[in-house]
Amino acid sequence: MKNRLQLSLFLLPGLLLYVGLFVFPTLTGLFYSFTDWDGVSPSYAFVGLDNYKDSLSSIVFRKAFGNNVEFMLTVVIAQTFISLVLALLLVRNTKTKVVLRALYFLPAILSSVSVGLIWAFMYDPSIGLINYGLNEAGMSSMARNWIGDPKIAIFSIAAVQVWAHAGQMMIVFIAGLQGIPAELYEAARMDGGGKWQVFRTVTWPLLAPSATIVVAYTTIQSFKAFDLIFTMTDGGPNYATEILTTYIYHTAFGSYSFGLASAGSMIFLVLLALLTLLQFKALRADRVSY
Amino acid sequence: MVFKWFNRLILLVYALLILVPLYFVFVSSFKTSSNFFTSPFSWPDPFTWDNVTGLFRNQPMWQYFGNSMIVTLGTVAIELLLSSMIAYAIVRWGGSVGKIVFALFVAGLIVPSQVSMLPIYSLTRTLGWSDSLTGLIIVSAAMLMPVSVFMLTGFMRMLNSEILEAGSMDGANEWRLFTRIALPLAAPSLAATATFLLVMVWNDLLIPMLMLTSKSKLTLPLALMQFRGEYVTNYPMMLTGVLVTAIPMIVLFLLLQRYFVAGLTAGSLKG
Repeated sequence: MKNRLQLSLFLLPGLLLYVGLFVFPTLTGLFYSFTDWDGVSPSYAFVGLDNYKDSLSSIVFRKAFGNNVEFMLTVVIAQTFISLVLALLLVRNTKTKVVLRALYFLPAILSSVSVGLIWAFMYDPSIGLINYGLNEAGMSSMARNWIGDPKIAIFSIAAVQVWAHAGQMMIVFIAGLQGIPAELYEAARMDGGGKWQVFRTVTWPLLAPSATIVVAYTTIQSFKAFDLIFTMTDGGPNYATEILTTYIYHTAFGSYSFGLASAGSMIFLVLLALLTLLQFKALRADRVSY
Repeated sequence: MVFKWFNRLILLVYALLILVPLYFVFVSSFKTSSNFFTSPFSWPDPFTWDNVTGLFRNQPMWQYFGNSMIVTLGTVAIELLLSSMIAYAIVRWGGSVGKIVFALFVAGLIVPSQVSMLPIYSLTRTLGWSDSLTGLIIVSAAMLMPVSVFMLTGFMRMLNSEILEAGSMDGANEWRLFTRIALPLAAPSLAATATFLLVMVWNDLLIPMLMLTSKSKLTLPLALMQFRGEYVTNYPMMLTGVLVTAIPMIVLFLLLQRYFVAGLTAGSLKG
């Protein structure tokens, strides 16, 4: 016995809020992308697909896209590897290991602004601790202007992203590892498998779902990064760390090209949707049963 | 044996990687400027509260804390109430209606706030909601609906529908079933969702940045961004700001660790 009238009253307030302040505005974004609106003046004109053409042919947009890909690949590879290694080392529930897990997870609860500010100082070329440490260790030749050098800036920020979130992904791997039945390990060991062999034949295949989740989450999270880059370099030096989200922000609020920025957002959204779709496919393909 | 030591070495190095920057922020907050520059890693000598007291004297810190508290608690409260009602209705209604409503919210998962920022900026300006904490609460709640509905629907699906059926046979209306049976049973999941939302809203930069303009309305992340400009040469002061604003989250984390981990992990699994 369900009372559908009462249940629709449950849906109403949330739906109103969601449609009115999220769905509807997002759709108007699509509308603006076909106009030359500057974001403030009352009038605007329709320009058809011009904004899309302008975006796709803009050098800054292309640079931002390239940086996005570079940032994403670096973070995904490094974060997946590091979080997996940490999870394998911390999977048992001993007291020390539980404390270490909490410590590794801690940066994930700090705001990206805090993390960005901390690392902006760590990386500072003259007073930063990284260069200070390198100098003290007699490796002055390794000292760099970490976020001021266009060649390495995007990788320096990628490292910070990993610093902040590898511990969180480690927890996902640990959950996966703890879900693997102990008998399977015993069986593999009975068959005379060495450590590496047990990992290859038991752990890794059964860990595939967790790995897919980690890769999927990390890919999407790093593709839509904003706060960290905004705080640390704001896209500089010379667009070296400009990614699509900061490009959209700068186009809208820096040069008041709202229409152009909206077109950029829509292209960004399509790319993100494609990535998400791929991830869903991968997630489904990788389901294992045991 | 060698492997065991190698494993420990990895764990130790990673622990230092996390701890050293945090230790640096901590000691810098209690150092004089000269001590900060001459020996960045040492324990503060002399130990001084000047940075902390100076920060609270020069900046309306209590106001920033208050703003962040109001926005975070307001958003999380609205969010939990509305999303759990929706999740309950989706699961209880079931069938194609349940599926369609669920799909409508899940579709929103793909749209990140960086895409909705422009239309939301112009809509809230048209509505006259800019620079209003209430406006910010409502907008943040709307934007977080997809993820909270997604999480809570997953949890509500695990409820035993026979208990609800039995309750409705006894003449309980849906509101009663929801508040007396569904919510108490879903309490741990609500706690996990709440901590996830708490971290998201407390740390959010983008939406507050688009909506708030006057200094008296800033939330902590915005205030930090502003210190960065003001204390460009006063690093200990800047790092004190980082420390002071992080303390509430760290304390909560130490107290409610289980929920933080469950919440942030469940939130990360939304894809």
